[in-house]
Amino acid sequence: MIEIDLKRLLKKQVVGERIFLSLSFLALIVVLSSLIVLIIDVIADGHSRLSLQFLTGFPSRKPEEAGILVPLVGSIYMIILTGLFALPLGIGAAIYLEAYAPKNWFSSLVELNIANLAAVPSIIYGLLGLELFVRMMGLGRSLIAGALTMALLLQPVIIIVSREAIRSIPISIWEASFALGATRWQTIRHQILPLAMPGIMTGAILSFSRAIGETAPLITMGALTYIAFLPDGIFSPFTVLPIQIFNWVSRPQKGFMVNAAAGIIILLIILILLNSLAVWLRNKFQRRLNW
Amino acid sequence: MIRRKKHSIIGEYAIQAILFLCGILSIIVTLGILLTLLFETASFFKEVSIIAFLTDLEWTPLFATKKFGILPLLLGTTLTSLIAMFVAMPLGLLSAIFLSEYTSDRVRRYIKPILEVLAGIPTVVYGYFALLFVTPLLQRLIPSISGFNALSPGIVMGIMIVPMISSLSEDAMYAVPNSLREAAYALGSSRLQVSLKVVIPAAFSGILSAFILGVSRAIGETMIVAIAAGQQPRLTLNPLVPIETMTAYIVQVSLGDTPTGTLEYRTIFAVGMMLIIFTFMLNIIGLRLRKRFLGLYR
Repeated sequence: MIEIDLKRLLKKQVVGERIFLSLSFLALIVVLSSLIVLIIDVIADGHSRLSLQFLTGFPSRKPEEAGILVPLVGSIYMIILTGLFALPLGIGAAIYLEAYAPKNWFSSLVELNIANLAAVPSIIYGLLGLELFVRMMGLGRSLIAGALTMALLLQPVIIIVSREAIRSIPISIWEASFALGATRWQTIRHQILPLAMPGIMTGAILSFSRAIGETAPLITMGALTYIAFLPDGIFSPFTVLPIQIFNWVSRPQKGFMVNAAAGIIILLIILILLNSLAVWLRNKFQRRLNW
Repeated sequence: MIRRKKHSIIGEYAIQAILFLCGILSIIVTLGILLTLLFETASFFKEVSIIAFLTDLEWTPLFATKKFGILPLLLGTTLTSLIAMFVAMPLGLLSAIFLSEYTSDRVRRYIKPILEVLAGIPTVVYGYFALLFVTPLLQRLIPSISGFNALSPGIVMGIMIVPMISSLSEDAMYAVPNSLREAAYALGSSRLQVSLKVVIPAAFSGILSAFILGVSRAIGETMIVAIAAGQQPRLTLNPLVPIETMTAYIVQVSLGDTPTGTLEYRTIFAVGMMLIIFTFMLNIIGLRLRKRFLGLYR
């Protein structure tokens, strides 16, 4: 009697187990397949528009003649300028927090604040950039104002990845350097930073690839959606790839949807290249630095 | 010799000072954000009463008869975020359980980067996907749904948030010590029982913080809703009609040529203020919970 009950109980458990396993497996499949569907959908919609003329063309009112040269160049300028501001600021802050900051309430406030800033909606940075750079500093809706806005947006992320890279270096390296009479900065400059650099760069490239796709803060700080000329300096007005895609998606004509999809393909290719670069960097240096 | 040493000490202090400035820049940015929003919001409330702002049922600042009730926008944001969380919570949590409790390290190593790719796709791409793939699909299932609606961007936003929820919850489950699992197995529990009755309760505050941070992300998400949800602030919980969220409104005004310094221009800062009040609160609760949880088992 007891044995039968036990069998039934076990069977019930096994069935429950199977249902749950397939349910969670299904959840994962749904998520992963939506990625595949998204990519296939975009390629199916946009591949017909991909051509040299699309890459090198200027904007046009006719979708077949429109190209993405201006936003493409704008995105490249934007990312280089943003990097110039965000990297030193982010790495500097990370070094301060890892090597200098005393353990007190102020440091933990800074830390909480950075984590919080990294989670602030990006559109809020656009409002800050609009008020601070575009209006108060009088930079106008220029590349430099956009890059400064993006630098503020990226700084928390770069701080977080740089700190992880610095923290992954064994304490023995610090101690050995101090024991040889090096100062704190000498240790950082000659021992820690060279070792942490691959990790920092990997993280930084990944955060750049996030910046390339950012649309909302730049729209909010006033980047234009239609520009017919290439930027001729850091004070020039500009547009970037995702804004151009947004602009095309918002138009009623069907032809522009094809353009949007083609633009998305280009954007995704850039992101894949950047991410591969990051992975390559990580693998290349990880092997050499094995302790 | 002594002079050189002095020099290097001064150099050390100078560098420390520069690094300190980089460190507190984040505080300055936070203050900058708050002051900007406060300043513009204050001048907004000189012309519009707070009570009207919070209780009026219409949001028409760009029309001839201007009404400044934030509620329609707030409801729009709530609606899309609710739909997103309805999708993201079960999918994210189940994926996390699958990855943390049912797979080997090797499988995890292959799957996690794919999830990261999903998290790295620009939101404008998700917007395109919502408008031109998910909405037409939904139109076949629900003929009455309009071209712009809350449902489609909500679902897509949910998919976008899944990687975040799944990886944060997985971290939390990973932090649960194995001894707890082993004890439960030793008492004859099945894997299902261990997952549901031991791991999830033990990792609960970590999982909760993942959900809270996910909500904050959904509230601040901009491009998906700006593209696929429409631009009609509407006091409704019907997911089938065009609505407008707070973020989409900011984009709408930014795209138009509203002159700076006007009341219309200030509305985006007032809306931004609401946005940051919500996300700041959620972030702080989420981060605190997470920090406390991760310290729990160390």
